[in-house]
Amino acid sequence: MKEAIVSITDLCTSFDGFVVHDHVSLEILKGEVFAIAGSSGCGKSTLLREIIMLQKPDSGSIRVFGREITGLSEEAALDLRKRWGMMFERSALFSSLNVLENVGLPLREHTLLSRELVDEIASIKIALAGLPQSARTKYPDELSGGMRKRAALARALSLDPELLFLDEPTAGLDPLSASGFDELVLNLKHSLPLTMVIVTHDLDLLWHVADRVAFMGGGQVLGVGTMQELSKSEDPLIREYFYGPRGRAAREQAWKPR
Amino acid sequence: MPSMEREGALLRLSGKWNAAELADAESRFGQLSLEGVEEIDAKGIESMDTAGAWLYSKHFAGIAAIGMKREHADLVSLVSGMKVEGPVGKSAQGFLEKAGRAGWGGFEKLLEMLSFIGEASVHLARSLTSPSRMRWKPILHNLQHAGFDALPIAGLLSFLMGVVISYQGAEQLARYGANIFVVNLVGLSMLRELGPLLTAIIIAGRSGSAFTAQIGTMKVTEEIDAMRTIGIAPMEQLVLPKIIALLIALPLLTVYADIMGVMGGMMMSSFELGVSYTDFIDRFGSTIGVSAFLVGVGKAPVFAAIIAVVGCFQGFQVSGGADSVGMQTTRSVVQSIFYVIVADAIFSVIFSLVNL
Ligand SMILES: Nc1ncnc2c1ncn2[C@@H]1O[C@H](COP(=O)(O)OP(=O)(O)OP(=O)(O)O)[C@@H](O)[C@H]1O
Ligand SMILES: [Mg+2]
Repeated sequence: MKEAIVSITDLCTSFDGFVVHDHVSLEILKGEVFAIAGSSGCGKSTLLREIIMLQKPDSGSIRVFGREITGLSEEAALDLRKRWGMMFERSALFSSLNVLENVGLPLREHTLLSRELVDEIASIKIALAGLPQSARTKYPDELSGGMRKRAALARALSLDPELLFLDEPTAGLDPLSASGFDELVLNLKHSLPLTMVIVTHDLDLLWHVADRVAFMGGGQVLGVGTMQELSKSEDPLIREYFYGPRGRAAREQAWKPR
Repeated sequence: MPSMEREGALLRLSGKWNAAELADAESRFGQLSLEGVEEIDAKGIESMDTAGAWLYSKHFAGIAAIGMKREHADLVSLVSGMKVEGPVGKSAQGFLEKAGRAGWGGFEKLLEMLSFIGEASVHLARSLTSPSRMRWKPILHNLQHAGFDALPIAGLLSFLMGVVISYQGAEQLARYGANIFVVNLVGLSMLRELGPLLTAIIIAGRSGSAFTAQIGTMKVTEEIDAMRTIGIAPMEQLVLPKIIALLIALPLLTVYADIMGVMGGMMMSSFELGVSYTDFIDRFGSTIGVSAFLVGVGKAPVFAAIIAVVGCFQGFQVSGGADSVGMQTTRSVVQSIFYVIVADAIFSVIFSLVNL
């Protein structure tokens, strides 16, 4: 049995009486690619924000790397923050810095490496995220949507995190780039000791890349398991998700040998 | 921390090869001579991340290694397989080039501003001739925020300004027994100069900056483009309402500021110089002509146009992100106050030529 790197128990969240999470419990194991799926607005991004301490839940416990993070002091939090990376839904690149500076920023902030080495390491991360080297001197507003996502991924990888959170990494990418992204995630998983948590609606990503998937709906986790297990679930919401027209196509695709 | 030992032709590497611990290893490895090293013993490397792998492949790429952990070897081969180009050089500009670019840039900005003023005037004229096209809701909204909400601060500051003028003048006037002339001092300076100028400066700081920040942020989030796509001219929806609202609000605020300023002066005169309220008002009615008031209030619409146009123009100049919004907002406030004072100086010259 692998150890849990994130474990959430009885988490409740609400915004002005609007309940987003109603006793959510989840375990994410070390080394796996864990995906979170569910319809829009069901609280996936909010869950990620709570795990990385950008937002406080109303009640419940979240343990990351074996430490309880609700009510942790800022200094203790900083140690944890260096151990994870987050790629935001809307990229959140710093608009006054170019790509190379964006990716190098965490390194410059947290290590004493020389400028030259930081730039070299940042260049590697940029290449790793699948961006051409010519993008290094561009500013975020000069990049296309897909390139922005890759730059955001490169920044999230900057400190070699043990835990990587990706919020809808393939949304807005063309099908070719999206499947390139699938490869990229598999590649990263292979070459780096990473645990990845991916929030996504991308059925291909769910079928081909995720080890386990949690399906959220109505403020709760409706099912957790491999895609095969989930696709046999009796829950009406999950069935609708997987047996709708798009779901079916992706499922059939997934059964074919690649 | 990464460390190494030399044993003849063997180089023994050990320690943690992590970004956080690489700092001094970097310089030590730089000075290292690899003459005669034939083999690397990497058994002692405890951990390695991409930064460590990069440093390794940079210095020891061509040398055979034994005992390296499988995952470390994978990482090194991944990193050394990446196509990474050399450092990016910033192109250095000479003084002449910088000066030239700055000068030409300023000139271009001026042309853009002129064309912006032209465009705004065309739209203004068009909507004045067909008032049904006027967008009343944003006008009223701006009137409330740029006008009504500024009443307390504009009133308080001009009241204090009236107090200060009459207090400063009191000592000088009392020395000549010319106490009653405090009325001329307060009345003329407040109505002709300070009322309009003070109000314009407050509004430039308060609303000019808000205009720039609002339009600039909308530009960053592509809301302006969305507006154009839907078929709403940003000029009509965003700029005209602001100009019209300030054209109405600033003269009214100026009148209010005049009243508060004179009241401040009147209060101080009765304290310091013993000029009673009735004497003050009598004297005020007989010596301060209506022309002083009109000259002051007449300047207000011009100031209003300057503030609104500069604020909106600088908003549209935003490009990129948050940084640019901040920069243009600063520029907007500085420029509108500058132009307001320049316009005031020009007015003084004109009024003295026509003996007003
Ligand atoms: N700051 C906030 N204030 C009020 N409500 C919020 C806030 N942030 C999120 N919500 C609400 O919480 C719910 C969950 O939002 P969240 O962003 O987590 O959705 P999501 O599952 O990530 O959706 P999507 O797949 O579209 O990204 C939504 O209904 C949203 O309206
Ligand atoms: Mg979301």
